[in-house]
Amino acid sequence: MIIEQLAASFVASAAFGLIFNVPKRAIVQCGLIGMLGWALYVVLTEQGVNSTIATLLAAGSVAVLSQVMAKMFRMPIIVFSVSGIIPLVPGGTAYDAMRHAVENQYDIAMQLGTKAFMISGAIALGLVLSEVINQAIRKVRV
Amino acid sequence: MTQSMATDYYMTAELCLLAGKIIMQNGGETYRVEDTMKRIAEACGFPDSQCFVTPTGIIFAISGANPITRLVGISARSTDLNKVTLVNELSRRISEGEWSAAEALVRLKEIERARGAYPGWLQVASAAIASGCFLIMFRGGWNDFGPALLAGGIGFALLISLQRLVPIRFFAEFLASMMIGSLSILFVRTGIGQELDLMIISSVMPLVPGLLITNAVRDLMAGHLVSGLSKGAEAMLTASAIGAGIAVTLSVLN
Repeated sequence: MIIEQLAASFVASAAFGLIFNVPKRAIVQCGLIGMLGWALYVVLTEQGVNSTIATLLAAGSVAVLSQVMAKMFRMPIIVFSVSGIIPLVPGGTAYDAMRHAVENQYDIAMQLGTKAFMISGAIALGLVLSEVINQAIRKVRV
Repeated sequence: MTQSMATDYYMTAELCLLAGKIIMQNGGETYRVEDTMKRIAEACGFPDSQCFVTPTGIIFAISGANPITRLVGISARSTDLNKVTLVNELSRRISEGEWSAAEALVRLKEIERARGAYPGWLQVASAAIASGCFLIMFRGGWNDFGPALLAGGIGFALLISLQRLVPIRFFAEFLASMMIGSLSILFVRTGIGQELDLMIISSVMPLVPGLLITNAVRDLMAGHLVSGLSKGAEAMLTASAIGAGIAVTLSVLN
């Protein structure tokens, strides 16, 4: 079960690297980052953590890892962060919201839409937080 | 003397604008465009340069004895992070003094002309595989892996070919997601696939504007409000186009 999840998220993130035309020597790293972010998300949600918080933590660690990789391999950070973020995008929730809207169940659609919006916000916040940490470390060193 | 000074100004502006344009066109962040242009200008001996960067155009100015201001418009944007990485490397080489401006300009033109790092069929194949993997990640059964793989691959292939044919933005995304929705419904009706919802969600994932979302956040954080908001709007519209395509299919066919 967990091996299935790890393998699928590794392959999916690496495949996204290909779609975004990432340099060849970065594809394996893209897969790894996506796999770790998704693994953290799955473990947290299985422990009963709210999916918004789980997304925030997963996005934060994806961003931190991407920063480390960007330093190590001297490449722009987006090369690594983009494919790691993709699995966390609330596609399923947004889809459910839209499906209920199509079926004229606007109250449920609204609830789900808000949830999708919150999760997108969590992704953004996770990216911001890691950047803040990075800037702070740089300032302290100087 | 004045003649060569003037060419210097001209050459530097040309170099900076081309580097900035390539990064912006291929999915780089706004701050990276500014940073790269300033670094190149500094390496060419012009520490006093100004730039204004938006997703649709770049204005670049050098002050000094021969002030020069130039503008480049950006009409089409795509995602090619390999080119962004190459230009990033090039700007580092210039500032370390490894390459002269003239050499760098030749190399930049090569980068601009180059095709994507991977052929189209490989990208379609990866979109198909990614769709299948997403189905497994979203706890779908292996019996739906094949149908999701097909729907995702065909949808992405349609997106790429439509983007070349029709210049209207968001229309390609709309039609591609309609195609994915119809295919998934067809698979479920004929009994090839079981779970319609999971199949649609995972096949639609390759169309999700992930790079735009990431870049919009990074731009807003760096204080590039104009770029951040316009990239955010582009991401929202793309997501709405995908949603609308699925919604239309569901309400007509289901």
